[in-house]
Amino acid sequence: MKLTSLFASAAVALGLVAGAAAADTTKVGFVYVGPVGDGGWTYEHNKGRLAVEEAFGDKVETVYVESVPEGPDAERVMTQMALEGADLIFTTSFGYMDPTINVAKKFPNVKFEHATGYKQAENVSVYSARFYEGRAVQGHIAGNMTKSNIIGYIGSYPIPEVIRGINSAFIHARKVNPDVQFKIVWAYTWFDPAKEADAAKVLIEQGADVILQHTDSTAPQAAAQAAGNVVTFGQASDMSEYAPFPRVSSIIDDWAPYYIARTKAVMDGTWTSVSTWDGIGAGMVGIGEISDAVPADVKAEALALKDKLASGEYHAFTGPLKKQDGSDWLAAGETADDGTLAGMNFYVEGLEGDIPQ
Amino acid sequence: MIRLEKRPQPSRVWSLITPVFAVLATMVFGGILFAMLGKNPVEAIQTIFYDPLFGEFAFYYRPQLLVKGAPLVLIAIGLSLGFRAGIWNIGAEGQYIMGAICGAAVGLAFYPLEAAYIFPLMILAGALGGWIWAMIPAFLKVRFGTNEILVSLMLVYVAEQMLASVSLGLLKNPQGFGFPGSRNLQQYDSAHNAELITGTGMHWGVVAAFVAVIFAYVLLNRHMLGFHIRLTGEAPRAAKFAGVHPARLILFCLGISGALAGLAGLFEVSGPSGVVSIDFNVGYGFTAIIVAFLGRLHPVGILLAGGLMALTYIGGEIAQSRLGLPSAAIQVFQGMLLFFLLALDLLTNFRIAIRKRGVA
Repeated sequence: MKLTSLFASAAVALGLVAGAAAADTTKVGFVYVGPVGDGGWTYEHNKGRLAVEEAFGDKVETVYVESVPEGPDAERVMTQMALEGADLIFTTSFGYMDPTINVAKKFPNVKFEHATGYKQAENVSVYSARFYEGRAVQGHIAGNMTKSNIIGYIGSYPIPEVIRGINSAFIHARKVNPDVQFKIVWAYTWFDPAKEADAAKVLIEQGADVILQHTDSTAPQAAAQAAGNVVTFGQASDMSEYAPFPRVSSIIDDWAPYYIARTKAVMDGTWTSVSTWDGIGAGMVGIGEISDAVPADVKAEALALKDKLASGEYHAFTGPLKKQDGSDWLAAGETADDGTLAGMNFYVEGLEGDIPQ
Repeated sequence: MIRLEKRPQPSRVWSLITPVFAVLATMVFGGILFAMLGKNPVEAIQTIFYDPLFGEFAFYYRPQLLVKGAPLVLIAIGLSLGFRAGIWNIGAEGQYIMGAICGAAVGLAFYPLEAAYIFPLMILAGALGGWIWAMIPAFLKVRFGTNEILVSLMLVYVAEQMLASVSLGLLKNPQGFGFPGSRNLQQYDSAHNAELITGTGMHWGVVAAFVAVIFAYVLLNRHMLGFHIRLTGEAPRAAKFAGVHPARLILFCLGISGALAGLAGLFEVSGPSGVVSIDFNVGYGFTAIIVAFLGRLHPVGILLAGGLMALTYIGGEIAQSRLGLPSAAIQVFQGMLLFFLLALDLLTNFRIAIRKRGVA
């Protein structure tokens, strides 16, 4: 017997059992790359899961596995969820892309939702948030707050999503402060408090008095607090325990509305494979409260910028913009198309250093 | 007064039954832990130990035990040879990475050519990659007397950086929209380490692990080199008189463990994993050290230990999703298992004696 037919028969058998036991319970699985208590990325996805439970009560059952390595282990966890009767599975890290596609092939009746990837299938949707819109607001505040004109940036991996964030923050920091410089450290991890703290300390020693992070723990916030006069921003989650200072604002991922909508679609039988990329306007990206450590006029400007991004009146990548090598990218008034943004692999003019290759 | 008396000879009976005791003790204390977390302890233990083997979906989990256990066994067998001789290769993780990089690079160099000789060449390259990485500490130790523990461990971090570098540059998928990671070897037939029989989990890496167990068993029990390895570990001075050449032994032990770790990496990257990516390594090289000691450095013991570790991983994942146990609780549970196995090992070499204290 082929494995696929084994799966199919198991699924049928299970379907019968589940059908008899609880006819209208929808089972939703979540695969997390970090621990649910990371205070950042996974924490927010888990909040989305809890929101699904709250929204549908008895009609839904959610399961999750945390700290799943990206690779064969992820494939096994997803298979196991599908075998045990999940109807919908959210795989919440870029590295789960190929495993998600593999498992989705074996379970054509289970719906999959992969965060931040680019491979879609009949039963695999992809979704991500336009974090770069939040970075624009962050860059605006950071450029105003820095006194040393050195802004430190903790990168996770040099992938388009992270590079977009760096470019967006830099463009908007330069707009309000032409002397600003970015120092970028690559941590090669999404979540490693020790490495993140080290990166923050190195940046502070190099004179940075604002630290932006694209990693998920609160360790850089703690490092900044210890240093005393360094500004930070919450990443993925509000990280409000470090407010009002060093954390002066944050980018919040709000997955709850999306997760609820997709679960509803599965319940109603209206689920189709889609590619979603929402920003501040749709509420997927939130700007955490700007604290009083930020001067009132800067705060007002930042909020105005946020509103313009939300309404679509302004795009975070609006020309004239040049690439780092001096070549033209966007003419005056032109905005970046999603294709270029999705695969962004270059710095804009003014950023120093090379993207690791 | 309770005191420990050293046995004149390690007890064979105790060395066989302590692992069983350890597993039982883990179940009891693990059960208490799960009960304190508000879960049904019997259900949790059953989910971890019973369901992957005999549960409803065992047809899927049993093959997965092979997939998860094979790299552990393959690496641990190599390490155990050195450990027996007192040669400490702690850097199998790095050798595993280098094997994967070299093997995958050879396969990707041929892309999209389909030919039967590509996979054998990748196997050679994988073994060679791990071997070369292990030869660095071996050579430095033989030539300059450096400490192989430190050198091999530090080289893990070098290998991780190289992994990140090739994922972002040299081996990056040209059709990957700028994202890091190589082409997926699972989609390249000539380079794919596929299941030999569909649904069994048996891929070439599993075969290699079984062959390594047999090879190590024969080597240690029937071969002069195996005798030299054991002698060097148990009585270094006697080994010298017996004509053991320490430098050669170091080169052999580090070399073979490096090559096996490299092979494990190659079989993983061309099979279950498929891609060279920044997060390719998930700690098999380090876990294998535990497996080697758990198996008492004996080939058959290592085979069983590898299976047991794989079982706790897979069962642990099932328990997480089915019972909502946090992953930290599963890790504590695994830690308990190791603790009891090593702690009860004491009874192999010592006996507990109860005697009255004399009046001084």
